[in-house]
Order: sequence, then structure tokens, then C-alpha cells
Amino acid sequence: MKLLKKLAVGAVTSMSLMASAAYAQVEIQWWHAMGGHLGEVVEEIAAKYNASQSEYVLVPTYKGGYEDTMTAGIAAFRAKQQPNIIQIFDAGAATIINAKGAIVPVADLLEKYAGGFDSTDYIEGVRYFYADSDGKMIGMPFNSSTPLLYYNKDIFAKVGLDGPPATWEEMEAMAPKLKDAGYQALAQSHSPWIFAENFMSRHNLQLATANNGYDSTDVKILYNNPELRMHWTKVKEWLDKGWYGYYGRGWGDNQDAFVQQKVAMWLGSSGSFGGLTKSAEFKFGAAYLPYWKSIVDEPTSTFIGGAALFAMAGKSEEENKGVADFLKFLTKPEIQYLWHRETGYVPITNAAYEMAKADGYYDSTPDAEIGILQLTQKSGEWTKGYRLGFYVQIREVMYKNFEDILSGKASVDDAFAAIEKDGNALLARFHDTYK
Amino acid sequence: MKRVQFEHSPIPYLFVAPQLLIIAIFFLWPAGQAVYQSFMLEDAFGLSSQFVWFRNYSDTIFNSSWLHAAWFTAIFSTLVTLLSLGFALLLAVKANEVIRGASTYKTLLMWAYAIAPPVAGLMGNLMFNPLIGDLYHFMNSFGYDFDHKLHEVDAGFVVILISVWKQVSVNFIFFLSGLQGIPKSVTEAATMDCKSPTRRFWTITFPLLAPTTFFLMVTNITYAFFETFGIIDTTTQGAPGGATTTLVYKVFQDGFRGADIGGSSAQSVVLMLVVLVLTVIQFRFIERKVHY
Repeated sequence: MKLLKKLAVGAVTSMSLMASAAYAQVEIQWWHAMGGHLGEVVEEIAAKYNASQSEYVLVPTYKGGYEDTMTAGIAAFRAKQQPNIIQIFDAGAATIINAKGAIVPVADLLEKYAGGFDSTDYIEGVRYFYADSDGKMIGMPFNSSTPLLYYNKDIFAKVGLDGPPATWEEMEAMAPKLKDAGYQALAQSHSPWIFAENFMSRHNLQLATANNGYDSTDVKILYNNPELRMHWTKVKEWLDKGWYGYYGRGWGDNQDAFVQQKVAMWLGSSGSFGGLTKSAEFKFGAAYLPYWKSIVDEPTSTFIGGAALFAMAGKSEEENKGVADFLKFLTKPEIQYLWHRETGYVPITNAAYEMAKADGYYDSTPDAEIGILQLTQKSGEWTKGYRLGFYVQIREVMYKNFEDILSGKASVDDAFAAIEKDGNALLARFHDTYK
Repeated sequence: MKRVQFEHSPIPYLFVAPQLLIIAIFFLWPAGQAVYQSFMLEDAFGLSSQFVWFRNYSDTIFNSSWLHAAWFTAIFSTLVTLLSLGFALLLAVKANEVIRGASTYKTLLMWAYAIAPPVAGLMGNLMFNPLIGDLYHFMNSFGYDFDHKLHEVDAGFVVILISVWKQVSVNFIFFLSGLQGIPKSVTEAATMDCKSPTRRFWTITFPLLAPTTFFLMVTNITYAFFETFGIIDTTTQGAPGGATTTLVYKVFQDGFRGADIGGSSAQSVVLMLVVLVLTVIQFRFIERKVHY
């Protein structure tokens, strides 16, 4: 024990010595969930920021997946050891935004310390997702993606198909040809995200009461609707006909089926583009997320997925100033363009998008623009996003019931009744916890 | 169990104090926290909380997904315990009879002992991968449509297979040393009295192994309840449709993934009670039949 204590004392002293030796710069802790190549780009951005000024030192720390990062942030906050900036994913947004006093809105920070904030600088598709019901930005969208359709151009050419389907009706017409040639037509990763949340936004359908959950935590979920039930009835039909491949819940397992050319089309994220470029040994293209012509004539834009950066509360003014300074740096066009180019996530500001266009990036890589074009498609009343509590558990409920539909254990009607019942029970519980 | 009565001197208490301290810090304190939290509705960041009596219990325990997890945990633990004990005993008895190359056999059978459950899970996951998994293709080669991503029984089969495989070598080591602890004179005397090796095994060897078996049963049930978490997390993650979600995995999903502290605390309190009752049953009723 004594030895341990000595070691601990030694470690603390040497660390504080190191800190004081760092020219009294203010340290800004940034916990993120970006592994692999994405993590490297985060490190690169941090290095660029640190080189750009001498007042603050930004220290990015990888904390695991989205849920791990959120859990780490929660535990740290309870122990009063929270980082300055934390990356929280879409499904966790309600948890951190509704906990009164856990965070400081980024719009306020930028307003106060970084010379103002104008939400119209941000592209329309990302502006509201992490905002409050008045449109004030609470979290800064960071890695923003949206679901897209990827298709194997080689297979399409071989089978004699011209281009990707714009609607699900067109997909259904293509599927038999692909099946005859020995391919499954479609697979997708993350069914709650693509085949529920974005289904609602694509067809401009209301997802939850209380303005999709932005106005109050007292909400009811609206997934149990005829359009979505029709869609899932179709998905089950596709599965039974051998048009649709289900490779489990794992994101990568379904993407692998596309990479290994088992399936001709795969629904993934606009952020998957970079990874596919490296792994696919065939020509592929990206296209808009299909919609049902039978529901809408013209589709509306999709939601952004991914995560946002939140400034945690309980920090000194000096550190908050640093956070604002960094966020301002992060939204600079050249940094956003770098992030966009390296990762495939969309640039979040209009200026960055213009810069990428002017640079000719989309002339050489037209597929990289599809995500941002889809996000800037016609918006509707229900396309700005949703804010629902315990949404991680609600997604789990959806996964469960979607799997029950696919395995034939439950009928579509029963599955959606269960989603409604269990979803609303979770929302009521969240409302009582966070009221 | 024999009870020893100490005289009223403070010294024995001093001796057990470090152990008690460890129990207090690492068991009683967190357990107390769990009980406390199970009666509170508190936001994840601990900024507001309210006392809600048994709301967390009624919300989380009496719903279909928890009841299903309880049911699966019961089946899963029973099968994992019985199968891993059974296979290990069979292998130990056979390995004990081998004369030539005995140590090679034994080493190979103990091989998997050092593998951590998540690693076992990752390997199993690769072998059952629908695109590249050899075991997946093997299962499908009999004309049966094996699909653990959608079929409950198949998913259960995968997690049980991996859990048993991982545990067999641990049990094997214990059974083997138990077998080697049986005095030669006893087995020789038995050989003279009885010709049938099967009968000799069940009347002489197995009763003499009872203390080992009992110990392994207790540790294997604990393993199936708690340690298989790593296997489930790296293979099915409770899917399809929550079919392979054990009670511990559900606590993790709701508490660590979903930030529902009250609900997951209520579940862990119930789990604590279940394990307590199981332990009492084991020591009260089964241990009586064990002769040391």
C-alpha cells in the first residue's frame, strides 16, 4: 500500500510539474468516439488547432463507441471530472440536453466568446437537429452523415440495369433480375436509423407528438402508422423472396455483404464512402435514399445521423473561452472541408460546401456530394429531426421487433403495436425522470 | 459446516478486518448504492432525483423483455453448466486412462483455459459469420437453414456452444486433479469386486468426485450467469429479438448503454436476490449430499 501511495504521489507531482511546464496554457479536454481512420483525422484537427494558437491546448481522447463515450462522460460528470467537450450521438442527445445543468449551449458560448453566432451559416439539413425548440443550437453538429444507397456498378452493368433505383417501386422491379443473376438485391445497416427514423423524414411523416419531441419530454411515438407498416410488410416480402439480405445488427456485417458482392445494393451512411473506396474491389456509386412513390410524389430531405459536440457545464470561464475558440476553429471552411474530404461526413457550413465546390472536389468525386445534396433537398415540417428520451432503448425495442417481423415470429401489426407500447412506456419513464 | 467459537478478544477481529474492509468497499457499498438507486428516479447526470418507491421495479421487472431474459438465463445457465461439466468429466476420465502421450492430451485439453470470454466470443463470431464462417457453412451444409441472426434457437446454440467450449477446459483441470486424488487402493479394490467399469465409475469414482463436482457446479453457475456477458456482447448482443439476452446483459444494456440508472439498479437488485436464493439452495440442499 505504501509503495502504491508513493507511486501515486510521484505520478501526481510529475504530472502537475508537466502541466505547469506547458507555458500555463489552458487545457481543453475533448472526449470523442472516433476510432480508426476517423480518430486519426480528429488528431490531425487537434494538432492543427494547437499549432494555430498558443493560448489553449486541445487534448482529444478516444473513449470507445458512442455509448461508451456517453457513459464515460456521465460517470465523469458525476465525479466532477467531466471533459470540456464531449461527443454525443443522435440517440443520446435527449439525455444530455434534458439534464438541466449538464451542458452549456454552444450557441451561447460562441455568442459570448467568439464574436457571435449565426445559425444560417450552417447548412439547412444540420441546423436544427441538435437545437432546442426555438432553433437555438445546443450541440455543434460534428460528424454528420445521412443514409444513402450504394450500388455495385459492375453487377448493374452485368445484369443490364442502367442506374440505381430512385424509388422502392423501381427497386422491386430490379430485384428479380439481380436474383436471377445470383445476387441479393439489397442489404442495409442499422434498420432503426434507415428504415424507421429516416423513413419518416423522407416521406415527411411526423415521428412523435410535441413537434417530434422538441417541445416537451411528454411525447408519444408515432411509428405505428400505415406507411411504415406497409414498408415493413414489403421488407419481409423481400426477405422471403430472396431480394433482401439480413446479416444481423452489426453495421459492418451488412456492409461486408456488399463489399464481397453478395448483395448489389446496400443502404449505409454518407460517411461510409471513404471506407468503401478502400475496401471495395469493384466500381460502386452512391445514390439518394429511395422512397415510396405510392406515399409521396416528391421526397423530402433526410435527417442527419452521427454525433455532435457538447460543451459540458461546470468549467471555468477561461476554459469555456477555449471551447468557443476551438468550435470557431472547427467550423472554419478549410477545417470542415478537410473533415469532409477525409471522412465522407458532410461539411456543416455553407461556406465549407462552397469551398469544396469551388475546389472542384465534386467534379472529380461526384458521389461525395450526394449526402449533402440529399440533406439540402426540399425540407418539410417533419424533416428537421427528432428529440426522444431513452432513445437507445427505443432503438433496441425496434431492433427486437424488426427481427421478430423478419423471422416470422410476429406479424407486422403486432410488432408495431409492441414498438408503440414499449416505446411510449420508455418515453413516459424518461418524462418522469427528467421533468 | 463446523462453527468455531472465538473467545472475546479483539485480536481475531483485527485479523479479519482487512478482508471485511475489502468486502465493505467492493461489495457492500456498491450493493447499497444499487439498492438506494433502485428506489430513485434520477437523471443520468445526477442533477435531479426523486424517491419513487417500487416504480423502477414495476417498470423494468414486469415487462415481457425482462421476463424473457429471466427465462433465457435459466435455460442458458442450466445447459451451460450441465454440458460443460458433462463434457469435462468425460474428457477427464478418458484422459486419466491414457498412458502414452498423456501429457500432450492434457495440455491440449487445457489449452483454452487461458482464453478470456470476449476473445472466445470474437473467435466464435468469426466462425459463425454468414459470409466467411466455416461453422456457419458447416451447419448449413446439412440442408438445415441455420441462421443465428434471425432464429432464436440457432442464436442460443451459438452462445451456448461458445460458452461451453470456453468452460470445459477449466472444469477438465479440476476433474482431472480430482480423479488423480482418488487413492489407487480404492480403485484397485473396486476392480476386484466389480467387473463393469461403468458401474465402478458411478458407485466409486463419481461419489468420490462429489466435492469437486459441487465446487464446479457453483462456479459454473456463476460463470453462466455473469462471465458469459463477454461472449454474448461479442457475438449476438442479445439478438435476435432479445432472444439471447441474459439478465446481466440486460442490466448492461439499460444502465450502461441506455443511461437508465434506476431501472438497471432495480434489475441488479433482483438479480442479486436470485443469486442469493440459488446459493442458499445449493448449500442447503445439494451440499448435504456431498461427502468430503
